[in-house]
Amino acid sequence: MDAETWQLIVTSFWPMLSAGLAVTMPLALVSFAIGLVLAVAAALMRISGSRALSGIARVYVSAIRGTPLLVQIFIVFYGLPQVGVRIEEFPAAIIALSLNVGGYAAEVIRAAILSVPKGQWEAAFTVGLSRATALRRIILPQAARVSVPPLSNTFISLVKDTSLVATITVTELFRVAQNIAAFSYEFMVIYIEAAFIYWLFCLILSFGQDRIERRLDRRVAH
Amino acid sequence: MSPTDAPLLEVSGLVKSFGDNVVLNGVSFAVDPGKVTCLIGPSGSGKTTVLRCLNGLETPDAGVLAFSDGGRSDFSQAPSGRAAKLERAALRDRSAMVFQHHNLFPHLTVLQNVIEGPVRARGIAKEVAVAEAERLLERVGLSQKRDAFPHELSGGQQQRVGIVRALALRPDLLLFDEPTSALDPELVGEVLLVLKELAEEGWTMVIVTHELGFARQVADQVVFFDEGVIVERGHPAEMFAAPQNARTRRFLDRLLRPLDE
Repeated sequence: MDAETWQLIVTSFWPMLSAGLAVTMPLALVSFAIGLVLAVAAALMRISGSRALSGIARVYVSAIRGTPLLVQIFIVFYGLPQVGVRIEEFPAAIIALSLNVGGYAAEVIRAAILSVPKGQWEAAFTVGLSRATALRRIILPQAARVSVPPLSNTFISLVKDTSLVATITVTELFRVAQNIAAFSYEFMVIYIEAAFIYWLFCLILSFGQDRIERRLDRRVAH
Repeated sequence: MSPTDAPLLEVSGLVKSFGDNVVLNGVSFAVDPGKVTCLIGPSGSGKTTVLRCLNGLETPDAGVLAFSDGGRSDFSQAPSGRAAKLERAALRDRSAMVFQHHNLFPHLTVLQNVIEGPVRARGIAKEVAVAEAERLLERVGLSQKRDAFPHELSGGQQQRVGIVRALALRPDLLLFDEPTSALDPELVGEVLLVLKELAEEGWTMVIVTHELGFARQVADQVVFFDEGVIVERGHPAEMFAAPQNARTRRFLDRLLRPLDE
């Protein structure tokens, strides 16, 4: 590799990393937070016993999981303006990613709630708690612990999936890489460099995941 | 009969099916205040289901539960959803359950386990509930463990916390579902000892158990179940010495002399 290429790698590193830190990560974090709220709501609708609520949640989860994320992003950013809903690229990205994460995480959270032993519900009832209080005080805290490992995986996938919003001109990590590659013609080098930065992010996140899991490992009913 | 002699609870004509399987087929008995009733019988005989009906964890298909204070749950006319909910709440106000697998809340400390019901459901002030919990934990020798989590306790300690959690609700009626059968044999004694002390203190208890030796020592009344009906009941000394019914005799023989042909 010649000196010029090395120079490019070095000068590209900071713009890509800063786009990762300033755009990719906030995008992932905000979408994940909103997605979790949607997911808990959908999971509770699924176990509510109401056929209508459960049906709505089921359709939502099925539609999200059954369609490509790229298509979902395009519908929000390019599709909605045609019916009069114009959304800036960054909020559009957050909406699409949140809806997507919500669909996947809903199933994780539903499974986690169902994994709490029936005896925990019964013990909650026997000390006099209502269904809602039992859910909030006894069941959800335990389900939260169970769902940390799968939700961490969902989050790590989301960090990588944010690269798709480059297609709607959000200047996140991958969009920056595309711009640099387009004028330098060093596709191989720049995209590998971008890949390394994603990898670095994910390594750090999975390290954090390990630590949280080890902390939460106990205090879960058999 | 003067009012003080009236049974605390009269169970009459309890019927419960799961699908085609009739688990209780007209069960009636009375629980006197301050007395210990042991429910015994082979597994699947319906004794645990009776207990769960008394705590509103199962809803009988028919039958009446009548309390001496006038409280009455009649399951014969199927109540609507809302009425059934109130019915269950009323039953849970009167009774508290100790489970076979303790079912302590694993994410809460011992103290938090005990005060959860009093504070969240009974509206007792937290300081009052904590003081009461500490007194009860002291009684069963677990003061040191108030801030421990359930997984840090032995099986016997877990079950004693389960008992304290029930006592903290100040129920009229304490229900125990095979409280020692999930324990290692060397831990059974410490739990039975607590039950015996509670009996001596005058708690009204209904205990599903396979511990016949315990029943003989502590029970005022033994009720023998088989195939969803009460086959025989009476004072343990008389019933164990001279069971009147052939099924009772077979069951007692098997438990008391398991190796005989």
